[in-house]
Amino acid sequence: MSRASDLVDATLAKVPSGVDADVRASVGNLALTRFANGFIHQNVAEDSETLSLRVAVDGRVALATTTNTSTDGLDALVDSAIAAARLSPVDPDWPGPAPAAAVPGIEHFDPATADASPRERAERVRSFVDAGAGLLAAGYCETSGGEIVFANTAGQRAEGRSSQAILDGIHQTPTSAGSGHAAGASLASLDAGAVGSLAARRARESADPFDLKPGEYEVVLAPECVATIAVFMAFYGFNAKMHLEGRSFAEIGETQFDERFSIWDDVTDDRAMGVPFDAEGTPKRKVEFVSDGTTVGLAHDRRTARKAGTESTGHYGPGSESYGPFPTNVFVGGGDRSVDDLIAEVDRGLYVATFNYCRVLDPKSLSVTGLTRNGTFMIENGRITGAVTNLRFTQSFVAALAPGRVLGVGTDGRFADSEFGAGFIHAPSMRLAGWNFTGGASG
Amino acid sequence: MFEYAQAAVEGALAAGATYADARVVHAREERIDVQNDTVQALDRTEQAGVGVRALYGSSWGFFATPELTSRRARRAGERAAEIAKASALVPGPPLEFADVPLVDATYETPFQEDPFTVGLSDKVDLLLEVNRIVGAVDGIAIAQSGMTFWDTDKWFVSSQGHRIHQHLVESGGGFDATAVGEREIQRRSYPQSFGQFETGGYEVVRRWDFLGNAQRIAEEAAALLSADEMDERETALILESSQLALQIHESVGHAIELDRILGWEAAFAGTSHLELSRLGTHRYGSDLMNITADATLPGALGTFGYDDEGTAAQRVDIVKDGIWVGVLSGRDTAAIAGLPPGGMVRADGYNRLPMVRMTNVGLLPGDSSLEEIIADTKDGVYMATNRSWSIDDKRLNFQFGCEIAWEVKDGKLGRMLKNPTYTGITPQFWATLDRLAGEDEWVFWGTPNCGKGQPMQVAHTGHPASPARFSQVRVGVRA
Repeated sequence: MSRASDLVDATLAKVPSGVDADVRASVGNLALTRFANGFIHQNVAEDSETLSLRVAVDGRVALATTTNTSTDGLDALVDSAIAAARLSPVDPDWPGPAPAAAVPGIEHFDPATADASPRERAERVRSFVDAGAGLLAAGYCETSGGEIVFANTAGQRAEGRSSQAILDGIHQTPTSAGSGHAAGASLASLDAGAVGSLAARRARESADPFDLKPGEYEVVLAPECVATIAVFMAFYGFNAKMHLEGRSFAEIGETQFDERFSIWDDVTDDRAMGVPFDAEGTPKRKVEFVSDGTTVGLAHDRRTARKAGTESTGHYGPGSESYGPFPTNVFVGGGDRSVDDLIAEVDRGLYVATFNYCRVLDPKSLSVTGLTRNGTFMIENGRITGAVTNLRFTQSFVAALAPGRVLGVGTDGRFADSEFGAGFIHAPSMRLAGWNFTGGASG
Repeated sequence: MFEYAQAAVEGALAAGATYADARVVHAREERIDVQNDTVQALDRTEQAGVGVRALYGSSWGFFATPELTSRRARRAGERAAEIAKASALVPGPPLEFADVPLVDATYETPFQEDPFTVGLSDKVDLLLEVNRIVGAVDGIAIAQSGMTFWDTDKWFVSSQGHRIHQHLVESGGGFDATAVGEREIQRRSYPQSFGQFETGGYEVVRRWDFLGNAQRIAEEAAALLSADEMDERETALILESSQLALQIHESVGHAIELDRILGWEAAFAGTSHLELSRLGTHRYGSDLMNITADATLPGALGTFGYDDEGTAAQRVDIVKDGIWVGVLSGRDTAAIAGLPPGGMVRADGYNRLPMVRMTNVGLLPGDSSLEEIIADTKDGVYMATNRSWSIDDKRLNFQFGCEIAWEVKDGKLGRMLKNPTYTGITPQFWATLDRLAGEDEWVFWGTPNCGKGQPMQVAHTGHPASPARFSQVRVGVRA
């Protein structure tokens, strides 16, 4: 028996009969080595044990979470959750605990990554920094690993291990920056030198940028930009709670997007990360959101599934009662073009490496404002001809991917950093017919 | 609890650290979230553990564990020192620590009503009643309300001799009304987006009178669906104080963080347009602009006794008569810049590294009033309550969206306008500040969700502000 399993069993044993309970234990570690100005300036690690208990007493629901996993801590956890539930009104939407169901037999776990030493992370940092001789490097190398065990009073039990490694950084010149990024379940799979070389090349090529007049430009977006588009679509659109409340742009069965655009969630993909069940214990399964331009599905948890008269897709997470179910193994469909091909097909436009600080103006149209960062390049007659200063955009992400607007999709899909973080959006480069830039360096 | 912090420090020193400090933290949080007539979330969280920071040569290491025993705490100190030694594989320049007085002290947030002893049903009943009033207004599809309370004990020990216990209590909440149209969503929030939070007890919730404002807020949200769109143009912009608070947070607060200015946040949050060589001479805004970072303001969300390096809370001038004169700093960043340490280093829990964070970064009040400012405006717009915020990695190019606006014509509020936005460049924008309301309308707005750092840390910051006018701003930008 593992530590997480022991904690779950000990907690469940303390729950009085007649009370519905979900218990979830997460035991693991997180380490992050951060560098700036070319040296490691912050280097942290933690061991963690977190225990969550959701109870329903006669339909009255409460959640309690603790890091105190002593016997007294477990007693306090159970007492706190039940006391809170008893004082709460009946929850008419409480779906009950998940029934027993088999979990996909897949594990995205590399023991060497979970046990990676600070020296191993520092060596990756060294490689990244050295790839940009004469440049100023900043970024981080993160490793994590652990086990999650779930059990409830309805007989469902799920156990899984996962690991994650991320290397993300920039190189800087006095007038520019360029970024590189890699993520996977295994630290050994990350080529720190290659990531650093890409960042260094982008930094050098984007030096001495000029101000471009704002307006609509054709764009080639690198995977980081596409990942940000995808994460906003996932959170604001393919989230069944948003959809049930009329706040989502998604219209099931409608061809809302270009036929070149497909997006889905699939923890069973060999490339994915995380465990194959959600925090309600529901097994995750592949869910298509957009297939060849047509919106076909949504992410559900048990609460939204009950309201919509369907089944949970396994996308409940902490906070989903408030924010809705959220996919965490998102894939954007790849295409048949190299990045050079995508650029070669543009007469006049921009190549954008990353987006920055994106915020939603209107969720229904997914109108978003944000900026370009870490490499924005002018494309003329199929070639990159220079670098431009960062631009502000105000753009409906839905309209940008509308029928006829996706002109090409890359073969370079990979895990890319997004506005909401790294490690859960796999995306390729993409060429779009237009992007509405509304401001530049001078406003 | 001091013994665990002490054991962690001793472990780090025994493993070769030249300096170490440790915090034992015990934190409780209660969050209630009610949508329409359903309690969506009733969450109670308890977090406890020890985090220790070790310096080896010029390199830092940090390790945290939730296991509070002397043996595990000492081992955490040893691990921190081991990590610091690994950091030395990619070393930085020699590191100094600015001197601060060694203190053996305690601090407690003043509060009247312990929010954790107020009956849960009292809190839930209040939120349900707010939602009932909001939901009864025609056109409102979603009524949402919530409260969050934090109770945090921290025991800090350093190898230099600090020994500090603090008990911090923070409370707040709010509600919003959402109207869903055919192709749009409109929302109004009270007291501000995400609610209002302060240091103090349940009296904070009582003071903001949710019930007395529910009807008005709901009616405004419903009316926005049929309001006119704002035209894109340059005009005078009057900002309600909570929106101005966020403007201060984004375009001043983050820009003056010394770690950002030094490049330590370059890859993630970004750097700053400010250059240390221009401290004392750079014009940040008009003569009306006076900004302080004051961690001693009673009731403000960024108020405490000592920061997480053991430096006493203090008030620091940031912008004086429009000139940039100060920064947010800690002991190491201050030493690099040759400035006195500002006591502004805080961590999000026992398991996060202390870093430079805003305290209460606010705009000192002027001598006017919102009523006078509107009366004195021939042509402009008045915007209230933040809806979206975005700013570039040097804190220069920003664009904000607000929930609601009214046109101002010949000294009077006119039509309601929906989807208002404004955009600008930080120093040019602040240079147009020409009217500022006074102390009667000066509110200590709280921001409970300031993100920074990797792993991400969420800080609670305060931003005193009163309504203000900016003479020439680009408004009405849309997709």
